[in-house]
Amino acid sequence: MSQEDVLAGLAIIVNEIAGIPAESVKMEKSFVDDLDVDSLSMVEVVMECEARFGVTIPDSEVKNLNTVADAVNYITANQQ
Amino acid sequence: MVELATAPAVSHAGFLGLGTYRPERVVPNSELVERIESSDEWIVERSGIRERRYAGADETVASMAAAAATAALTDANLTAGDIDLVILATFTHRYATPSAAAEVSALIGATNAAAVDVGAACAGFAYAVGLADGAVRAGTAKRVLVIGAEKISEVIDFDDRGTAFLFGDGAGAVVIGQTPEQGIGPTVWGADGSQMDAIIMNPDTFTAGKEKTNSVLTMQGQTVFRWAIGSMGDVCQRALVAAGVTADDICAFVPHQANMRITNSLVKNLGFPESVAIARDIENAGNTSAASIPLALDRLRQNGEVTSGDLVLLVGFGAGLAFAAQVARVP
Repeated sequence: MSQEDVLAGLAIIVNEIAGIPAESVKMEKSFVDDLDVDSLSMVEVVMECEARFGVTIPDSEVKNLNTVADAVNYITANQQ
Repeated sequence: MVELATAPAVSHAGFLGLGTYRPERVVPNSELVERIESSDEWIVERSGIRERRYAGADETVASMAAAAATAALTDANLTAGDIDLVILATFTHRYATPSAAAEVSALIGATNAAAVDVGAACAGFAYAVGLADGAVRAGTAKRVLVIGAEKISEVIDFDDRGTAFLFGDGAGAVVIGQTPEQGIGPTVWGADGSQMDAIIMNPDTFTAGKEKTNSVLTMQGQTVFRWAIGSMGDVCQRALVAAGVTADDICAFVPHQANMRITNSLVKNLGFPESVAIARDIENAGNTSAASIPLALDRLRQNGEVTSGDLVLLVGFGAGLAFAAQVARVP
């Protein structure tokens, strides 16, 4: 899956879980500071990403996913 | 070979009464926000909690448990002398020994009762219900007082942004005994000790005593949240199947009141019909660990959201990590 596809998929997930408009989910945005996705919602986003993208995102990694780009890059790099 | 006799088994066990105790002192979020540089809005958004109760300086796990037990006995139309087993679930009893259950038995006059504490943290009440159900049906005990009681305010780190606002004090109790039909479904339970660090006292009690420092509760919030929303849905589903019922048969869902966001996630996951009442006592009680399920159930009953005979789904989960779930009938 390309980076663009991952970003699009992630935007849908963030919209479903946190109600943020998908268009707002851009690479440079910070989940907590810009998108108002708190650390508990991040857990739900991560779990949904695991299911939809076929990746494993351990707890230790979740803390490093500060921006949308962090998440997109991780998912793109770790897809099975 | 000499055969051993067994106590006479009985076919069915269930809840005979329910009682609770909430301490008087109300602690709103505003009292806690300064030390953690937070806000009422953030706490409500994060956890669903607006206020919680703290026990007074002269109150203890045992004294609160005794009050809840007395209320449960009254509700069941029984006296303390009728009880032959007291099981008390807690992690905040002030003594490693003797048990809080023994102390409570003396306080209420349960002179015919065996007494034991159960240490399964937030799953403690559901664990104790499972143990009591088995004890009654096997004939080990006739009338069991199951109590969840906590004074978590004693072990909170008020400077910890992740936990300072979560917890409250209180107690809830049920009397379990023989009933005409089965009132407690099979208990689905388990534990994962590999995650013992996820919720743990720090430092441990003995170290704290020697170094003359406070042992406080610590929690890895995201890890616990992930475990709860990821695993407890399946546990609940298995508890329904084991009891031979479906979500449509349930009148109320009473999860341990850990966090409103966990409750919401589980409700979505389990697909309860709109008619099912959801326990949201956490809004005013905070997370009271082993006391939270009976407190939440009692609130639903007082609000008229459940009535005698209704089926409810109970699930406790927390430090251990440990969990237990069962369907039960409201007394």
